[in-house]
Amino acid sequence: MNLHEYQGRVLFRAAGIPMPDGDVASTPSEAESIARRVGGTVVVKAQVHAGGRGKAGGVKLAKTPAEAAEAAEKILGMSIKGLVVQKVLVVPAADIAQEAYVGLIMDRASQRPVFMVSPAGGIDIEEVAEKTPEKILRLAVDPRYGLLPHQALTLALFLYQDIAQARAAAKIMEQLYTVFTSNGCSLAEINPLVTTPEGRIVALDAKVSIDDNELDRRPDLALLRDETAEEPSEVAARRANLTFIKLSGNVGCVVNGAGLAMATMDLVKYYGGEPANFLDIGGSSNPDKVVNALRIITSDPEVKAILFNIFGGITRTDDVANGIKTALAQFPVKVPIVVRLTGTNEVEAVKILQGIGMKALSDMDEAVQQVVALVKEAA
Amino acid sequence: MSIFVDKTTRLVVQGITGRDGSFHARQMLEYGTQLVAGVTPGKGGQRFESKVPIFNTVAEAVRETGANTSVIYVPPVGAAGAIYEAADAGIGLIVCITEGVPVMDMTRVIPYVRERGARLIGPNCPGLISPGTAKVGIIPGNICLPGTVGLVSRSGTLTYEVVNHLTRNKIGQSTCVGIGGDPLNGTSFIDCLRAFQDDPGTEAIVMMGEIGGTDEQNAADFVREYVRKPVVGFIAGQTAPPGRRMGHAGAIISGAAGTAAEKIAAFEAAKIRVMKRPIDVVELVKSVLK
Repeated sequence: MNLHEYQGRVLFRAAGIPMPDGDVASTPSEAESIARRVGGTVVVKAQVHAGGRGKAGGVKLAKTPAEAAEAAEKILGMSIKGLVVQKVLVVPAADIAQEAYVGLIMDRASQRPVFMVSPAGGIDIEEVAEKTPEKILRLAVDPRYGLLPHQALTLALFLYQDIAQARAAAKIMEQLYTVFTSNGCSLAEINPLVTTPEGRIVALDAKVSIDDNELDRRPDLALLRDETAEEPSEVAARRANLTFIKLSGNVGCVVNGAGLAMATMDLVKYYGGEPANFLDIGGSSNPDKVVNALRIITSDPEVKAILFNIFGGITRTDDVANGIKTALAQFPVKVPIVVRLTGTNEVEAVKILQGIGMKALSDMDEAVQQVVALVKEAA
Repeated sequence: MSIFVDKTTRLVVQGITGRDGSFHARQMLEYGTQLVAGVTPGKGGQRFESKVPIFNTVAEAVRETGANTSVIYVPPVGAAGAIYEAADAGIGLIVCITEGVPVMDMTRVIPYVRERGARLIGPNCPGLISPGTAKVGIIPGNICLPGTVGLVSRSGTLTYEVVNHLTRNKIGQSTCVGIGGDPLNGTSFIDCLRAFQDDPGTEAIVMMGEIGGTDEQNAADFVREYVRKPVVGFIAGQTAPPGRRMGHAGAIISGAAGTAAEKIAAFEAAKIRVMKRPIDVVELVKSVLK
């Protein structure tokens, strides 16, 4: 789960990371009063989960509170990469002498949190990694001992020659590490970490992603989820305990298991179709899940046919068949449905489907070819 | 022959009285796995299905029954604790089925298990099966057939799909291992490839990967260096959009890394024969087994 900058700032400041004052606003008048309180020139920043906010016009300088209100007026409601801006962050504009990058990620290869720091801050770190890898220092932390003092200082000295500045930065590294481990992050990033003309080191941005698996035991973090920033169908799916991702094609897919769901989408493409979604109904048997899945998929007007691909293991195929039956009795499904099922209780499942005039296939390739042909006929 | 589990496996089920644990314990018993003990704190002294003794702790189960393998069906918040307990009790193979274990927990669990000389498979995995001898986890026994193809996969039902194709074509399996779909897991593709290469009962290997991370690329490098047996591979997620978590916590393309195209290229460079569709496993395995 990605946090907005203003949410990340709260976690950073709670850990003691020096950041400019400021606050989040939902209206121009709120933005104006924040600007008045912090004084001087401010930056008004769109709070959306998209990169390139500046280029899209979502970041504006304002010299007076009235200008801040004006900037907020322009940015609020603006659409950046399809996402409507609901909130702006108002912070004092900082004078910048130098910019650095500090990031902490959960690294799959070393199976540890890994720091990445670079004196080339303020720009895309992946680009730095590709073009000038010597400008990045990486350091894996053993989570059982935490970030050791000499490790923090080594990272800081890669960024600052001045020892006072390096010590200040080392402290920020330790604070960032605390943010990361105490909130179950998969990413915590400061880009840029700036040096002011007076030599102070300040974090100007806060980018945080939380491991989704952490949210069950951390309701405080789960509350930070911004559902207005998501596809409505994906929000509905999550509430129904389904994993759903909307795509741009027209073959709706209902599958059990993530790997099989991906392989099903790939096979749709292989036979000349385009998947409309990724949907995993999960392992447990529950006809309600199937009903919810069909409701979500049929709400997409692009969908021209629906494919079920169920390999029964823990999932009972008769439960899936019952789910289809229940759904069809509850609401109209105007597009054709192709069902492939095999495994646990398939004989019962086939009977249930036959009872409502539907056929069930047992072969995945045959089912995918059939659904792709149906979509082509409909076009 | 097989890897990791066989007729010497003496299994303890952690969470044997829960909904999932009891269902799968029954299936493992029916399959003929030597299920010697269950653990549910507070239910020590009872019996499961009126025969398998239940203990309060894994240590007791090991002491009383000589259990050497554990399978974990406990909820995500308790999963790390269950793995630590199994490792401390001297269990050699710990299989964690639980999905949704926080990654931060795994950063501490994995070295803990390793330092005690144990192997962890999972979390978020279907477990493993050596057809005809031992089933540890949730892979349906009826789709498997004893034989000489070793299979390793990051997924569950996609594994069943492929195993089913093999079995229907009379191609049996030595062991099928699901290593799990999380970003951090206890056993990697490389661990399984090494074990299959060293297992005299395995003649060919099927490796089912997916988008996200670089495990498949590393596995391809390892195949080049170490594996002399033929390898057939598959990558799921060619149509997955970047930046989205495709069900499995680990199945996410970040930046330019972790795409299906990149992994398929790595497989091909290592002379791994790549399936375009799951059903292609049949012809490809037949061709390498000749």
